[in-house]
Amino acid sequence: MAEKYDIVIIGGGPAGLAAAAAAYDAGAGKILILERDRMLGGILNQCIHNGFGLHTFNEELTGPEYADRFIRKVEERKIEYKLNTMVMNMTADRTITAMNREDGMFDIEAGAVILAMGCRERPRGALNIPGYRPAGIFTAGTAQRLVNMEGFMPGREVVILGSGDIGLIMARRMTLEGAKVKVVAELMPYSGGLKRNIVQCLDDFGIPLKLSTTVVDIEGKERVEGVTLAKVDGSGKPIPGTEEHYTCDTLLLSVGLIPENDLSRQMGVEMSPVTRGPVVNESLETNLPGVFACGNVLHVHDLVDFVSEEAGIAGRNAAEYVKTGRGAGKESGIPVIAKDGVRYTVPSSIRPEFMNDRLVIRFRVGGVYRNCYISAYIGSERKIHKKCRIVAPGEMQQVILQKKDIEAAGSVENVTVCLEQE
Amino acid sequence: MVDVTIIGAGVSGSAVARELSRYKVSICVLEKGEDVCSGTSKANSAIAHAGYDARPGTLMAKLNVEGNRMMETLSKELDFPFLKIGSLVVCTDSEEKEKLNDLLERGRQNGVEGLRIVEREELVRMEPNISDQACAALYAPTAGIVCPFMMNIAMAENAAVNGADFHLNTEVTGIRRIRGGYAVETNHGEIETRYIVNAAGVHADEIHNMVSADKMHIIPRRGEYLLLDKSAGNHVHSTIFMLPGKMGKGVLVTPTAHGNLLVGPTAVNIEDKEGTNTTREGLAEVLAKSSQTVKNIPYREVITSFAGLRAFEERDDFIIEEVADAPQFIDCAGIESPGLTSSPAIGVMIAEMIRDKMGLEKKENFIAKRKGILDPKKLSKEERRELIKKHPAYGNIICRCEMITEGEILDAIHRPLGARSLDGVKRRTRAGMGRCQSGFCSPRVMEILAREVPDMTMMDVTKCGGDSKLIVGEIKDRL
Repeated sequence: MAEKYDIVIIGGGPAGLAAAAAAYDAGAGKILILERDRMLGGILNQCIHNGFGLHTFNEELTGPEYADRFIRKVEERKIEYKLNTMVMNMTADRTITAMNREDGMFDIEAGAVILAMGCRERPRGALNIPGYRPAGIFTAGTAQRLVNMEGFMPGREVVILGSGDIGLIMARRMTLEGAKVKVVAELMPYSGGLKRNIVQCLDDFGIPLKLSTTVVDIEGKERVEGVTLAKVDGSGKPIPGTEEHYTCDTLLLSVGLIPENDLSRQMGVEMSPVTRGPVVNESLETNLPGVFACGNVLHVHDLVDFVSEEAGIAGRNAAEYVKTGRGAGKESGIPVIAKDGVRYTVPSSIRPEFMNDRLVIRFRVGGVYRNCYISAYIGSERKIHKKCRIVAPGEMQQVILQKKDIEAAGSVENVTVCLEQE
Repeated sequence: MVDVTIIGAGVSGSAVARELSRYKVSICVLEKGEDVCSGTSKANSAIAHAGYDARPGTLMAKLNVEGNRMMETLSKELDFPFLKIGSLVVCTDSEEKEKLNDLLERGRQNGVEGLRIVEREELVRMEPNISDQACAALYAPTAGIVCPFMMNIAMAENAAVNGADFHLNTEVTGIRRIRGGYAVETNHGEIETRYIVNAAGVHADEIHNMVSADKMHIIPRRGEYLLLDKSAGNHVHSTIFMLPGKMGKGVLVTPTAHGNLLVGPTAVNIEDKEGTNTTREGLAEVLAKSSQTVKNIPYREVITSFAGLRAFEERDDFIIEEVADAPQFIDCAGIESPGLTSSPAIGVMIAEMIRDKMGLEKKENFIAKRKGILDPKKLSKEERRELIKKHPAYGNIICRCEMITEGEILDAIHRPLGARSLDGVKRRTRAGMGRCQSGFCSPRVMEILAREVPDMTMMDVTKCGGDSKLIVGEIKDRL
C-alpha cells in the first residue's frame, strides 16, 4: 500500500527546506522531504564561501551555515525527510515512486507535490568544444565538490571557460588552495555572474577576465596539457588570427545551469522553453493541479535568499491547496507577457482572486542595457516605471505588483513586463 | 610457450579470443590500453550493417553478411543489446536514383535478405523527419544497432571465463622469430608463443611490419560524431544513410541501442594514430551533411561529441590471412567498417584457421553463455524490491541521468576483466554517459573505485588509465 502524505517535497536543498517549513507553518499536516544526497542542504553544502543570507538574515553566512538555519527549522518542526532517496517516477495524479537502500522501492501518494530539484551544470558537449577528451575537464561544480567536500585538488594550472558565478567562485577557491588560475574566458561580451563576484573573485586576485572569448581547442590525450582561446565575433564564431595558447592541466566549465526537470517532464508538467523550468501561475503552481515548483528547478537564481522566499510562497500555497483545494479547476489566469528585452517572467500568469496583496514577478533581461526603465503594464496602463543605470542577464530583476491595482483594473487581457528607453 | 597470442582486445581480438576459447588451446591476449574496447571499437557508428555496401566477392562482403546473421543469436548468448531496426539509404536527387538499384543489386549478390526500394510516400510514413528532398530509399530490414562497448566487453569476458589470459596495459614493442614460433616483447616482459593473431587495429601495420618484409600501411581515417540526448532518440526510427561516396558511407543519423540519437561520422585521413580529437570543421560538417537526409535534428540536445579512427588499408578489404613470409603469424588487419558487424564472423574464421593448422579439439566444458551486468530497470517493482532487500547497493542511485545504481557499478568492477577506471565503469554500466556527462556521478564513482579496487586510492583513479588521473593532490599541499 502506498503511504499517504499531505505534501511531498522533491529535493532537500534550500528550496525544499524553505518550502517545507512554510507549508508546516501554514498548517499542512504530514509533510515529507525526499533528498537524493546523503544530507539536507543541497548544493549549499559545497559552497563554503560566504555571502549567503544578506537579504534574509542581514548577515554574510557561508553556504553550509545558511543551509543549517533552514535544516534547523525543518528539525524543530519535526518534518519527516528521507536521505539517499531517489525519486524514480511521478504521475500527474501525484503518485511518487522512490527508492533507497533501506526501504527499497516504494510508492507515496501526495496531496500536493512541491518540485524543488534544483539545477545541473551544462557539460562540455553542450558547447561542442573541439579537441581531445582527456582527464582534467570538470564542470566548476564538480571541481567545487572535489575541493570543498573531499579535500582534493583536481588540477594545478587552471583555465576557466564561462563566467557564471560558480566559475568565478572556483577561480578564487582554486587560487586559495594553491592552484594557478590563468584566465577566465567568457563567450558573451558580458559576464554571466554577479558583479560582486567579479570584483571579489577575479579582480582581487589579479585573474584576467576575457570577454567575447572561447575555447577553440583542447590538447592532451590523457590529461589536459593546454587549451587554445580565441576571440569571437558578434555571432559567437571564433575570429581567425586571435588564437592564444595557454598551458594548463585543467579546464573548468561554468557555462550555464539547466533546471533539473526530467521528473517534471515525465509527469506531464508544461515547461517554458526559455527558463527550461515549469510554467507557473501566481501561486507557483504548474499546469498540473496540486503540483508546485520553486527555486532553481523553476528558473535559475543568483541569490539563495530569493530561492528561500520563493519556496516559502510555494509552501504556503501548497498547504492552502491541501486544506481547501484552492484554485483547483481554475487553471487560466491573466497572462504575463515578457517583451522588449525581458526574456521571461515567473510567474507567467495571474489569477487575481488567489493573489496575495503583493506579487513579486522575477525575470531576466536578454542583454546589457544602460539607463533604461523597467516597466510593468496592467492592461494598457503603466503601473511601474523604474529607472535603472544598468541591467544585465547575470542579475535577476523583479517588479512588485499590488493586488489592489489588478483588481482596480478590472478585466484586463494581460500584464506586460518590458524594458523601455524612456 | 603459449599456443596463441592475440594482439589487441578490441572487437576483433576479443571475438577471436572467444571463438578460439572453444578449443583446447592456451590463449593470451595483449592489450596496450587499460581496458578492453579502448580503441576503434569504442568510437564508431555502432551499426550492424546489412551488407550491401561491400564489393561482391570481397572478404568484407562475406564476413559482413555472416556477422550480421550471427548477431541476434550472439547478442542473446552473451547478453548485449542488439536491435534490428533496419536501415535506409536515402536518395535526395532523382537523377541518382539508379544508384539505389546498384546497391540493391550488390546487396543481392552479397546475399543480403529483404532488400527493397521504398518510394517517398512510404519513406515519409516510416520516417516522418526524413528530408523534404528525399525521393526514395533502399530499405534493409536486417540492419540493426548494437552497443559496441557491451558487445566487445561481453566477448572478452566470455573468452576470459573460458581461459583466455588477458594482459592489459601491455604494449608490444617488438617480435622475434624463435624456434617453433615467436617471442613477443612487451613493456611487461616477453611472451613466447606458437601463433600470433595481429588484431591491433590502427596499429596492425606496425605489428605486421615487425615480422614481414612485405610492408603494410594503415591510414587512420578519422570520423567525428555528435551524440544527442535521449529526448532526441525518437527523431528517426531506423538508421538513415546518405548515398555512399568514395570515402565511405557518409554521415548517418541513427538511434543508439540505449535510446540516444547519434549523428556522424566525417571521413578524413590523418597521420596521428591517436588523433581522436574533434575539430570545429568536422563537427560543422556533421551538422551540414546530416540535414541532407533528416530534417529538424534538435541540435540543442547534443550532449557530447567524439571521434574514432577507422583502420583503412590500401587494399580496401579486410586482410585476414597467414603472412606469406611469417608462418604462424595471422593478420587480422584493415578492419574498418563494417568491422564491428563482421567481428563475430572474423572470430570464427580465424579460430577455424588456427584449429585446422594446429589440429585443435573442442573443449567439453566451454561456457557459451554470459550474463551481462544486471539491469534493475528491466525488473518488475516486486523483483526490484527483493533485489534491494538482498543487495541494498541496488537501492542506491549513483548516476542520476541514466539511473545507474551502486549495485551495477560494483558488478562492473568485480566481474572478470572488471572496470578499473571511470571510462571502464561508464562503458559497462552507462554511469556518466547521460546528459550531465558524469558531472554529478564522477566523484562518487571515483570513491567506489578507490574503495573496491585493491591498492587504488582516490589519487590513483583515472579517466582511462595511463596519465589520465583525475586528482593531482590534496588541497593546500603546495602552499
